[in-house]
Amino acid sequence: MSILGKYESYLGFSQAALDIKARRVQVISENIINASTPNYRAKDINFEKILGDRLKQAELNDHASVNTKISSREVQASMFYRIPLSPSVDNNTVEIGVEQAKFGQATSDYQASLQFFEGKVSSLFKAIRGE
Amino acid sequence: MALSDILNIAGSGMNAQVVRMNTTASNLANAGVVSTTEAGAFRARRPVFEAILSSISGGADQGGVRVTEIISDGSSPKRVFEPTNPASDEEGYVYASNVNEVAELIEMLDASRAYQNNVEVVTATRNLLSSTLEVLKTR
Repeated sequence: MSILGKYESYLGFSQAALDIKARRVQVISENIINASTPNYRAKDINFEKILGDRLKQAELNDHASVNTKISSREVQASMFYRIPLSPSVDNNTVEIGVEQAKFGQATSDYQASLQFFEGKVSSLFKAIRGE
Repeated sequence: MALSDILNIAGSGMNAQVVRMNTTASNLANAGVVSTTEAGAFRARRPVFEAILSSISGGADQGGVRVTEIISDGSSPKRVFEPTNPASDEEGYVYASNVNEVAELIEMLDASRAYQNNVEVVTATRNLLSSTLEVLKTR
């Protein structure tokens, strides 16, 4: 394995995690901006389903290394519509309070992944400097 | 890249809410306008929003919201007896606009709330972006 390949396998997981979390922030912000669009249905990404599918795939491959990259198709397959707490006149299922809470959750999830990534990068720096 | 897309998405949302605020302001400003004929009376206007689906939610574009059209309120204008008004017809009646001031004020509140939500999205995204950029800062 080349040195770049080593970096990729070391940082690849963090990259996939950051990517999926950024996508979730995007989906929820789309819900927020469509809070007054008639017939719009709020949606979300089901990360558990993506992870479960990946684990099943890994089991089939006898735990050989799997590609950590998550494709848009996989994300789309995991999307689900939120079930509103109360119906609205214009068929819009965005409940702004719910979305704000989810948005806060999604941004702090992103920041958590970012901290893990930061930890990896700083240990890499340490290894390079030989400290 | 997902995070910078969010800024454009929130921008489209802010733009749509500004259009909504504009129509509300125009409705309120024209609330007192009267006309001689029923057809000429001012009718309250409302923008109609439509979601643009982004590629991750099964669409082709970047995602966001757009204003497809601006519709007129269908309710009929009030006929008021005002013989001293220069715009009154031969029977002394004028047609007032069908603007409902209370509904417009609610609309304005809702639009400014929605605008603030978009601003919050931008602020949160900007923080995420800048902390992402700082990961590779020399330490």
